[in-house]
Amino acid sequence: MTLDNIKTLEPAQLRQEMEGLKAKGFDFLSNLIGMDWGKEGGLGVVYCVENTNTHEQQWLKTATADREQPVLPTVSDLWDIANIYEREAYDFYGIIFAGHPDMRRIFLREDWVGYPMRKDDKPEENNPLRMDNEPLADDTTEYSVAADGTVTTKKNTIFGPDDYVVNIGPQHPSTHGVLHFRVALEGEIIRKIDPVLGYIHRGVEKLNESYTYPQTLALTDRLDYLAAMQSRHALCMCIEKAMGIEVSERVQVVRTILDELQRIDSHILFFSCLCQDMGATTAFLYGFRDREKILDIFEETCGGRLIINYNTIGGLMADIHPNFQKRVKEFIPYMRKNIKEYHAIFTGNVIFQNRSKGIGPLTKEQAISFGCTGGTGRATGWANDVRKNHPYAAYDKVDFNQVLRENGDSFDRYMIRLDEILESLNIIEQLIDNIPEGNYKEKTKPIIKVPEGTYYQAVESSRGEFGVFLESKGDKSPYRLHYRSTGLPLVAAMDTACRGFKIADFVTIGGTMDYIVPDIDR
Amino acid sequence: MFDFTKVTNWIDALLLSFLPGWAATLVECVLVALVIITLYAVFAIILIYMERKICAFFQCRLGPNRVGKWGSIQVLADVLKMLTKEIIDMKNVDRLLHKMAPFLVIVASMLTFACLPWNKGAGVIDFNIGIFFFLAAGSIGVVGILLAGWSSNNKYALIGAMRSGAQIISYEVSIGLVMLTMIVLTGTMSFSEICQQQADLGWNIFRGHIPAALAFIVYLIAGNAECNRGPFDMPEAESELTAGYHVEYSGMHFGFYYLAEYLNLFICAGIASTIFLGGWAPLHIWGLDGFNHVMDYIPGAVWMVGKTFFVVFLLMWIRWTFPRLRIDQLLALEWKYLMPLSLVLLVVMALCVSLGLTF
Repeated sequence: MTLDNIKTLEPAQLRQEMEGLKAKGFDFLSNLIGMDWGKEGGLGVVYCVENTNTHEQQWLKTATADREQPVLPTVSDLWDIANIYEREAYDFYGIIFAGHPDMRRIFLREDWVGYPMRKDDKPEENNPLRMDNEPLADDTTEYSVAADGTVTTKKNTIFGPDDYVVNIGPQHPSTHGVLHFRVALEGEIIRKIDPVLGYIHRGVEKLNESYTYPQTLALTDRLDYLAAMQSRHALCMCIEKAMGIEVSERVQVVRTILDELQRIDSHILFFSCLCQDMGATTAFLYGFRDREKILDIFEETCGGRLIINYNTIGGLMADIHPNFQKRVKEFIPYMRKNIKEYHAIFTGNVIFQNRSKGIGPLTKEQAISFGCTGGTGRATGWANDVRKNHPYAAYDKVDFNQVLRENGDSFDRYMIRLDEILESLNIIEQLIDNIPEGNYKEKTKPIIKVPEGTYYQAVESSRGEFGVFLESKGDKSPYRLHYRSTGLPLVAAMDTACRGFKIADFVTIGGTMDYIVPDIDR
Repeated sequence: MFDFTKVTNWIDALLLSFLPGWAATLVECVLVALVIITLYAVFAIILIYMERKICAFFQCRLGPNRVGKWGSIQVLADVLKMLTKEIIDMKNVDRLLHKMAPFLVIVASMLTFACLPWNKGAGVIDFNIGIFFFLAAGSIGVVGILLAGWSSNNKYALIGAMRSGAQIISYEVSIGLVMLTMIVLTGTMSFSEICQQQADLGWNIFRGHIPAALAFIVYLIAGNAECNRGPFDMPEAESELTAGYHVEYSGMHFGFYYLAEYLNLFICAGIASTIFLGGWAPLHIWGLDGFNHVMDYIPGAVWMVGKTFFVVFLLMWIRWTFPRLRIDQLLALEWKYLMPLSLVLLVVMALCVSLGLTF
């Protein structure tokens, strides 16, 4: 959608306006995007808050012209997730958030020089290849602004000298990738978790600013590789709506089916990895056996298995394979049968139930405040499904349930995913026989230029709301292309969910949160 | 039933005919040690192959199938690889303890391995307090594991070793009590006599009926925990502690832990078959003389190894089905359920024996 109603605020008004919105029920901060509008516009932030009852969105922006020491007020005390989003803005744009308790870099090294997403920064010149290890500080800085405008700093401790800190990651089997948690333990009990991110940060958002639009598509598949279809769908849809391209019904339906297949693929892998983490290696391979079928379907129609590269601006890369409908129809009953097998070998197991029920619970308020969308949020009872709240593609034509549970613990997070596999199968079943005829691709100009403006498009990816924020100046590359990561809020909530539980529960909680590292780091 | 003492006596006489007494004993000791070490290695290879194949079939896979027919020499290739790997010297470790630990583990494992009665007259370590010796020798292993964790100077290893210490020491209580239950039934601690009794009177699990059958189940659970195998593989718990106490070991030093883990599984199963399933005693069904006669023709060693592999299969089945427990749940299982249950079993068995309710 086009964002033509972004409310512009002065930094001084920001706190008051935000507190007012929070009090009015806008309790979900879905985006906090650092921006550099050049010399005139200054450095600033775009906020998006959503009312979780009415699903009304409010976009706001603020900026400061001071490029030497840009200071904006923090909102991290209003929404928990702002803590990590503001660190990201600080890391890339050097915007200091006064009152933020933990103003550290988040993705880049602590000894990085400069702020790479600023349009006038030269990261290559200031940062030669460093051969020494990355220093990790045990304390952090809090900035505050006095009444006369002077900025003062204060030291906050992350880990004291008495904390027994164990590194889980960056090379650890249960973090599912190069993710690093510093965990303070007391015996086997977790006292505090500090995530250290950025081990596979590739600067996707920075790269996008120098790529043409068709080139940016390639990177979306490499964000959350288990939601490759949906991420690319989101970007294509965002660009199509910005340019006013209407894709055919056929494309809408095929995209919906493939999104759901991707969701099943992701949830099966979730099940497999959770089993593996908890020591049930047989169930792990059951999952991989079934996922193979989906990958075969992908391979036949799209050519790719993991990095699928199927959606494109204006439609699809190629029409569906003649076997596609047949194979999908074979897969639906096959998967329904095998879900029962999953429940028999793993869900009903008393060891698993004891290890997951009541472990790492999040309340609905916490999930909203941390912005934990997707299955993790729905396990707490928060109805956050973008497919229902802001329908896109063919989701308004199909009948499906939004699976919700109450407790928000590891067991509910697990059950949500298995139940969603069945719902996805239902959606596919309704569409697979009714794929309308039509163009699989609309004609587009050879050089794609998006008209000037600001655009946002969210989709329900495999693990939550995936958003694409696009600001265009009318060129053939985006001025700013930001992705709302689905995994970053989940990692941010790990500290809250894990405190007081055992180190073995960390594995269960991390597994059921279901984050994917390339999507967190981007 | 073939009596293996004929063979040993013949070798003994042969050696004595041209050697003085002490030299003959020395040569016999070396021979026995060679046989035990060879058997140890051979069984390790069989077990590793068996585990890989069985786990593959449980998991809808094929397992090793490239090296040799049905992948049969895959394990030999792995052993060669393990033998040729470098043993990396670590900085900042306690050198002496770090190098000693794997040997403690393997020595404990071999000592207990030597306790198994292979056939009538073919027990290596066999004297009147055999079970007691078995328990004592088996406990040395936990020292090796604790030392490995402590000397590695690694947080994961230390947590793994602490878990392992707590786990093994706890479950030894159950194992000891269950064995005591069976000693009440047999009235002896010597492995050879226990087997002989079962050959004459029937397998203990039938003689002791309900308490013995329950004791067998308790033994399987506790034995599985003693071996640090899933669902009790907390000390290693690769998804939490990467590899637990042996995370800093490489080459053959790691290989010793690996070997000892598999052989402990075999020993645990071997003891189960000795004290519950008759050891080398053939299956006899009361009243079917022809059948019993045929069964007697099968050599005792085949019975012993066959029963042991049956129990090994049971344990593998459990391992490849269940997820891992958490350390507090594991200790709760032992101290709240298994230990009281085995105490009750001990009393019930004592009552049964004194009232003559056993067969």
